[in-house]
Amino acid sequence: MNDLSFPILTVIVLLPAAGCAVVALLPKSRPDIVKLVGFLFAVATGAFTVWLGFAFHAGEPGYQFVTEHAWIKDFGISWLLGVDGISLFLVVLTGILFPIALGGVKVHRDVKAYTAWMLLLEAGCLGAFLSLDLFVFFLFFEITLVPMYFIIGGWGYDNRVYASVKFFLYTLFGSAFMLVGMLTLVFLSAKGHAVTFDVRILTERNALAPATAQWVFLAFAIGFAVKVPLFPVHTWLPDAHTEAPTAGSVILAGVLLKLGTYGLVRFGVALFPSAAVDMAPLLLTLAVIGIIYGALVATVQRDLKRLVAYSSVAHLGFIVLGTFALTNQGVSGGVLQMVNHGLSTGALFLLVGMISDRRHTRQISQLNGLQKSMPVLAAVFTVVMLSSVGLPGLNGFVGEFLVLLGTFITRRWFAVVATAGVILAALYLLWAYQRVFHGTPTGDNVGLPDINWREAAAVGPLVVLIVALGVYPKPVLDRVNPSVEALIQHVEKATGYKQPAVAEGHSLVDK
Amino acid sequence: MIPLLAQASTVTRLQTPDVEYAYLSPELVLIGGAMLLLLVVSVFRHRPAWLWSALTLSFGAGSLVLSLALYNQVTDATGAGPKELVAGALVADGFSTFFMVLVSVCVILGALLATTYLGKEGFRGPEFYVLMLLSASGAMVMASANDLIVLFLGLEILSIALYVLAGFNPRRMESKEAAMKYFVLGAFSSALFLYGVALVYGSTGSTNLAAIHTYLAGNVAPNHGVLLAGAALLLVGLGFKVAVVPFHTWTPDVYQGSPSPVTGFMAAAAKAAGFAGLLRVFFSGFSVLRLDWRPAMAVVAVLTLLVGSVLAVVQNDIKRMLAYSSISHAGYVLIGLQAASRAGIAGSLFYLLAYTFMVLGSFAVITVVGRPADANHDLSAYRGLASRRPTLAFAFTVLLLSQAGVPFTTGFLAKFYVISAAVQAGSYALALIGMLSAVIAAFFYLRVTVLMYSPLTDEAHGHEGEEAPPVRPLRVPAPIAVAVAAAAVFTIAFGLVPAPMIHFARHATFFL
Repeated sequence: MNDLSFPILTVIVLLPAAGCAVVALLPKSRPDIVKLVGFLFAVATGAFTVWLGFAFHAGEPGYQFVTEHAWIKDFGISWLLGVDGISLFLVVLTGILFPIALGGVKVHRDVKAYTAWMLLLEAGCLGAFLSLDLFVFFLFFEITLVPMYFIIGGWGYDNRVYASVKFFLYTLFGSAFMLVGMLTLVFLSAKGHAVTFDVRILTERNALAPATAQWVFLAFAIGFAVKVPLFPVHTWLPDAHTEAPTAGSVILAGVLLKLGTYGLVRFGVALFPSAAVDMAPLLLTLAVIGIIYGALVATVQRDLKRLVAYSSVAHLGFIVLGTFALTNQGVSGGVLQMVNHGLSTGALFLLVGMISDRRHTRQISQLNGLQKSMPVLAAVFTVVMLSSVGLPGLNGFVGEFLVLLGTFITRRWFAVVATAGVILAALYLLWAYQRVFHGTPTGDNVGLPDINWREAAAVGPLVVLIVALGVYPKPVLDRVNPSVEALIQHVEKATGYKQPAVAEGHSLVDK
Repeated sequence: MIPLLAQASTVTRLQTPDVEYAYLSPELVLIGGAMLLLLVVSVFRHRPAWLWSALTLSFGAGSLVLSLALYNQVTDATGAGPKELVAGALVADGFSTFFMVLVSVCVILGALLATTYLGKEGFRGPEFYVLMLLSASGAMVMASANDLIVLFLGLEILSIALYVLAGFNPRRMESKEAAMKYFVLGAFSSALFLYGVALVYGSTGSTNLAAIHTYLAGNVAPNHGVLLAGAALLLVGLGFKVAVVPFHTWTPDVYQGSPSPVTGFMAAAAKAAGFAGLLRVFFSGFSVLRLDWRPAMAVVAVLTLLVGSVLAVVQNDIKRMLAYSSISHAGYVLIGLQAASRAGIAGSLFYLLAYTFMVLGSFAVITVVGRPADANHDLSAYRGLASRRPTLAFAFTVLLLSQAGVPFTTGFLAKFYVISAAVQAGSYALALIGMLSAVIAAFFYLRVTVLMYSPLTDEAHGHEGEEAPPVRPLRVPAPIAVAVAAAAVFTIAFGLVPAPMIHFARHATFFL
């Protein structure tokens, strides 16, 4: 499959971009056609990503389907795309979430511009996950800001302008450090070689002195930490999530945040193995603070959407925790959890959006007894919420368990504290569920229409995946694990670090 | 008869240097064009107003073509290569021809802006175009100067025409104020520049940049302090023209007061010419002293970046805002200069070219939104522009986001280029400050974008009780549409396929 002449990855990145151009050319007066065309482009892209998931060779750690074309020769920049176990499922997740967000959510105005921005956003996300060239990655990483900014600012709720500008500036602030770090890495690695932004070559060379590597790693980490977001730089997230339109929140939580965690794994750990080992305690501490802090703040939220937003801070903390545990299980769990969080939080935002569409409020205090009028929605909410809590049998459990296991092996106390976050997740989600869905409906909460076909079609696939990945995660882990093991071996080879022998067996899950 | 002839042949003739007219053709086209305009206006009685802009456009296009041809000629490795002209006073190399191309672009876009503006204001004569062409020829002389005196000549030709242009609208108090301010401060900075030339001459014995370089490479200047003071004064004089902090105080007032097309032309051409002078003087003449001037440049760059972007945040007038933003752009060009490397110069040149299109495109939008008499430059004028003129708003968004450094635009690549040069030169702190001030700058570009995409409300037209109905139709004349479209297309196209533009900038760094 790798010698396939069909450039599947380029097609995956450019198809939504082409869709954006096509939508821009359609007449504004026909929102139905615009919506259909946009949706079809997203579906086609999604189909390609799913096909990629099947065509991907399980058990191979390296990059597959690599495409390379020189782009800016003077800077050593090339259009270099490739996919491995770490990025594969993020690509598939992106491919699945976008058609759902485009098709499953009603748009209240200017469908054309909205659809065009969404497709551009999809191209940006896919490009970032697939780029193996640092420069191209950075371009895509940054370009996602523009459509997201317009989606929040143009179609969001009351405080949207503030939220969108805050989102833009925070991320740009992080990127400022990242760009300087990236250039430092590239030029210091180029001593005696040609300048290149090729991640594979840069990983191989690993040319920085440990002290320098720490600084450069830190620059990258700041850029990604804002995006994740990690504890002290997370404050843009609740605003952005709360003010964004439903589809925007789904994509923001489901895909965009993963750019940060993916970046930490792909560029943080792989490019700076020694610094990753040295700085792990710092990131682990921030991750654990995020887990506990996010959960506590979520508990006291009055706005249902804001609650889900803060739960993201906690969940993303788990992913970072697993990543910097630097064990096979931890990193695999982190990667898996990226996908799980995308599915469950994406679905949660969809469901909150449905409630908000019906009740025109998201204040928990004004909602009650919704289970009576909307039993199906309540049932779906239950499944998704339990997945987010980490109930065994659903996808969230597998990822969280692997993360905690992997962390426990090397960083016992971090794992112990983080486990408290699991309990807190149960607290805030179940309590919120209880207040919103239980009891007897009063006032406007009486007689709301239950979930309709369009909404069911949107959230259905997510629920299926939530259950499927919870029951049988093996196909995913088979593809993720080899790449993760190769990554950990790379770290071990480059530094004196050695993960405990018990971590190498990983006989617990996938054998 | 015959003895007289014989006698005449024995008289020693005054030795005048050869003038290589072919190499000077772009300047000559502009100067000749200006003369022709004056001639036409005085000879023919009935002449339509569009004639001036059409002629100016064709002169601009002619000089663009000639400049490109010259550029190809002097950068062609197999061809004649760079050449000293007029006994070493001028030089034709990739660098000078690059700026000729850039200035020609300024003339073309400036003429497109001016057509609309002059029509709206009821000016029917060619004076505006004559002054603009002369000013542009001064900019070209600055770019090709190989001698400090010639550089000064170019600077004055550029500036004096610009002083007049700044006060071109005598019906507006602000315009007169701008001209006065620009003139007084500009004359002051020219004096400082000239004093700097004198000090440099005093310590090196020459005003020719090549001779200065040779002298400094072989000798230690006896009065090193005097030499450095001279270099510093040159920096002040040119720094005034390009508006770097702390020589920037005139910028907001002059940018705000001048007619919008003049502001656009000034922001693009005068800045380019000033940087051409700075780069030429400090690389060609004082490259030996780089250990002395690099720290100074770094300090000026940091001040320029921070002051420019921070003060832009609090402006409520779009022209003042863009004035401060142009100050912060100058900071990025300085980052490239400070790197003191070929990559650094190429980055600076790339930045200037990208900036020229962004700023002239932006001022094209401002010209049309500003309405007659430059009355409408408050940021609130941009509220709801997207619902009135979606394409114009989108193009302006592209130009603003490019200035903010968003990927897939030339603005991003320009920042990337200079920052990478700084990192390569080991100036990590400066690179970081540059990127962080881009974040600050992004705020005020976003502010305009936010306004454009906000719904129109009544408060937008609330001030001073205008007689107009809530929404006046906004007509976009064809010349403005062409200018904005050209700028936006250039910004995106070379943002996607930057290789030709990178080559263009890189080959321009082959100095004589």
